[in-house]
Amino acid sequence: MFNASLKQLSAALAQKQLSSVELTQLCLDRIARLDPGINAFLTIDAEKSLAQARAADAQIAAGNAQPLTGIPVAHKDIFCAKGWRTTCGSKMLANFVSPYDAHVVEKLNAAGAVILGKTNMDEFAMGSSTETCYFGPVKNPWDRARVPGGSSGGSAAAVAARMAPAAIGTDTGGSIRQPAALSGICGLKPTYGVVSRYGMIAFASSLDQGGPMAGSAEDLAIMLNAMAGFDARDSTSLERPAEDYARALDVSPAADRARPLAGLRIGVPREYFGAGLSADVAAAVETALAQFEKLGARRVAISLPNSALSVPAYYVIAPAEASSNLSRFDGVRYGYRAAEYGDLADMYCKSRAQGFGAEVKRRILIGTYVLSHGYYDAYYLKAQKIRRLIAQDFADAYKQCDLIMGPTSPSVAFALGAKAADPVQMYLIDIYTVAANLAGLPAMSIPCGFGEGGMPVGLQLAGNFFAEARMLQAAHQYQLATDWHLRRPAGME
Amino acid sequence: MTWETVIGIETHAQLSTASKIFSGAATQFGAAPNAQACAVDIALPGVLPVLNRGAVERAVRFGLAVGGPEVINRRSVFARKNYFYPDLPKGYQISQFELPVVTGGAISFLTRDGEKTVRLTRAHLEEDAGKSLHEDFHGMSGIDLNRAGTPLLEIVTEPDMRSAEEAVAYAKALHALLRWIGICDGNMQEGSFRCDANVSVRRPGAPLGTRREIKNLNSFRFLQEAIEYEVRWQIDTLRDGGSIRQATVLFDPDRGETRMMRTKEDAHDYRYFPDPDLLPLAISAETIEQIRSELPELPQAKRERYLRDHQLSAYDAGVLTSSREVADFYEDVAESLGGGYKLAASWISGELFGALKRAGLEISQSPLGSRQLAGLLQQIQGNAISGKTAKDVFDAMWNGEGEAAAIIAAKGLTQISDAGELERVIDGVLAANPKSVEEYRAGKEKAFNALVGQAMKATKGKGNPARINEILKKKLAT
Repeated sequence: MFNASLKQLSAALAQKQLSSVELTQLCLDRIARLDPGINAFLTIDAEKSLAQARAADAQIAAGNAQPLTGIPVAHKDIFCAKGWRTTCGSKMLANFVSPYDAHVVEKLNAAGAVILGKTNMDEFAMGSSTETCYFGPVKNPWDRARVPGGSSGGSAAAVAARMAPAAIGTDTGGSIRQPAALSGICGLKPTYGVVSRYGMIAFASSLDQGGPMAGSAEDLAIMLNAMAGFDARDSTSLERPAEDYARALDVSPAADRARPLAGLRIGVPREYFGAGLSADVAAAVETALAQFEKLGARRVAISLPNSALSVPAYYVIAPAEASSNLSRFDGVRYGYRAAEYGDLADMYCKSRAQGFGAEVKRRILIGTYVLSHGYYDAYYLKAQKIRRLIAQDFADAYKQCDLIMGPTSPSVAFALGAKAADPVQMYLIDIYTVAANLAGLPAMSIPCGFGEGGMPVGLQLAGNFFAEARMLQAAHQYQLATDWHLRRPAGME
Repeated sequence: MTWETVIGIETHAQLSTASKIFSGAATQFGAAPNAQACAVDIALPGVLPVLNRGAVERAVRFGLAVGGPEVINRRSVFARKNYFYPDLPKGYQISQFELPVVTGGAISFLTRDGEKTVRLTRAHLEEDAGKSLHEDFHGMSGIDLNRAGTPLLEIVTEPDMRSAEEAVAYAKALHALLRWIGICDGNMQEGSFRCDANVSVRRPGAPLGTRREIKNLNSFRFLQEAIEYEVRWQIDTLRDGGSIRQATVLFDPDRGETRMMRTKEDAHDYRYFPDPDLLPLAISAETIEQIRSELPELPQAKRERYLRDHQLSAYDAGVLTSSREVADFYEDVAESLGGGYKLAASWISGELFGALKRAGLEISQSPLGSRQLAGLLQQIQGNAISGKTAKDVFDAMWNGEGEAAAIIAAKGLTQISDAGELERVIDGVLAANPKSVEEYRAGKEKAFNALVGQAMKATKGKGNPARINEILKKKLAT
């Protein structure tokens, strides 16, 4: 049951082989058993989850089941859910109970999914290892001495350990794709504006995008169908006709069964295979590319000349927006307030000094600096110009290819604490992922093999605007031909 | 040596939308604290702003009124102004910085010295902050976020005013214009219209002096007093050999003084940057044209039309366009009179305004409606009563005694215009006043007036003065 796909679970629910209450309870039991060693979940509320499961069972009994009805889904603790503690991984919000639902949460609730719990994350999504959270780090189910990636590390670990059939995360610079890669699961960041940001606690507004994390491309498509859609409460939400992201998973019956991806042009950027890429990751990605060629795809050598500038540009823009977005956490209306303080300025200083962790403070300081009078042009404005150059790189590349593939992360999961003392090394992990956020483009990661220490390697598939269905098709066809996505960490039974 | 005063004004006008600029919460004044603050206004984690179309439409109306389509920027950008304050829930105010919705334009108005034009630098949309309440909280402060997110249009002038009087005249003209085009209720007690005055002094012809900004003046009187005090203070300071430091000051109406709030050195670095939660505001030519077609005739156009087509005096044209209510009243009356423009104008600007002023009333509160006043003026037009009698009838109407025709009938005030009757009266007057007749014939014009007076007296004031004049002249000539 724990290895079942969403489709299989949905069928089992429909055929009354098990109820949503039973499935939810199985997941809760598994969390109770496994999570103390992983720390993927921050909040579990069995009563709430089971109440939703009972409602889902009633819907199924009434014949009103949708594809996710009765399926438990783990929520990154960045999504506000009514009545649920929503911490964003921070002491600042350790006691914040949201009075409202995020748009994504509303949509999943309306789709009949069950909130299984809130997952751990880097504080305010600032991190690439899920070590910066106030509630302790998440451990990688493949090796508990290693990080699961971040910032959606709790969601990734929950799916990797099959504590949850699927999860939702957010991706500002790789926070869905990188933990998916390091934890051996699938994750997709949609085109900016496809998933509403309303109720998703903002890190960097122009980069943040919610997306699904699950065991296969097919599961991602089912999840994304429920998550995507226009929301008038988010001015950057895109108003476009609803799309079935699963529509292209299976190639047309007329296609050559042996070469289902015939005609697909895969761009391979030379910049993604240079110095800094571990040999084990390079080898796994190379094998995956060969597999795609076997499936009929054609490999096209491309260049993304400004790739090296993406991390510096990102680490100006994201902190700039974050420094302003996090100003609301001032101890005045909700959230943490220092127990003792003198005047107003002292209350702000102490509340924020005590309520935020080191990484969050570092980024607020960077962001405040780059927006300051006299530095704005040199940093923020320059970074925005680089952002346009990077977007142009992709626009040029997609004249030559349909999808771009390469490594998701330069190495497999590293040891807990290995990079915690060196922020720049930590930031460089995002080298292959941040460009998609800067350009607003969709990208995903799927497992494609194993590297050093038997740790999973992720393959990144990126596409042009609204190429989600195309990406998912390629990934699904790859997963029909391979079984990397079905491998499970040991010791999880 | 004389000094020249230089003044620029920044006005925060609250736009009259039913809901806030970035949320659906109501903007009504006077609700219980925080009763009109929704999740967006409180800045809960995860909430996002959505721009109120009504606020944009009002800004466009303003742009059209002060300069036409060309002063409206087809693309403007919302920016975050970052600073910490307890009544600023997000830790930043959403405003417009580099690209405001309106650039340029001008406002013209009449002063004692003729028409004055003040150029506008810009007008931009922004949200208001909440209120900090420092009383009744036992050493703590209360926060009321009802006002947070209320839409404001900040209107900034060039330093074009040269006296407190001019500044007040500009503020009054702006205030009237905002109400005229229906974008602001103009209620100054409730803070719907607040002015900041940038004041400096210089020797005529010299470069601009260092300015100090007087914040938050919410009455025309305070605006006048604050500027007058500030100008005196700056001149005294310079005369004493001191210098002016750029600063922000507050006006204390009780003491009639301005006092320092902060100097330029402690000014915030607001770290403006474009708000990534909001797309650039794009306003299409069609939208502008649509709003333009619905715009009422503007005061200046009306004033010019009254001068040109109605032949009104500059004074009458000015006061009759002081508000849309007054202009509407005037046009209603004139229309009922079939074009008696001057008659309507002189009665409204004279008798009616005088009575309203004595009673402390606005035109909308007048006990006499436009239809009633027209009824009275029709009696003058038809020669039923003299202008002098009409004033008595007006007073009776003001006191609620009824319509003009009924009062005239009840009091027997109908004017005597019948030639036969008037001739009889005049014959009697001439017979009874031979001395005056003699004097008139000897060339004394004054004697004629005495005879008219006697005739009016004999008719108990009901004689038609024009006819009496006419008959008297005829009879005296023979």
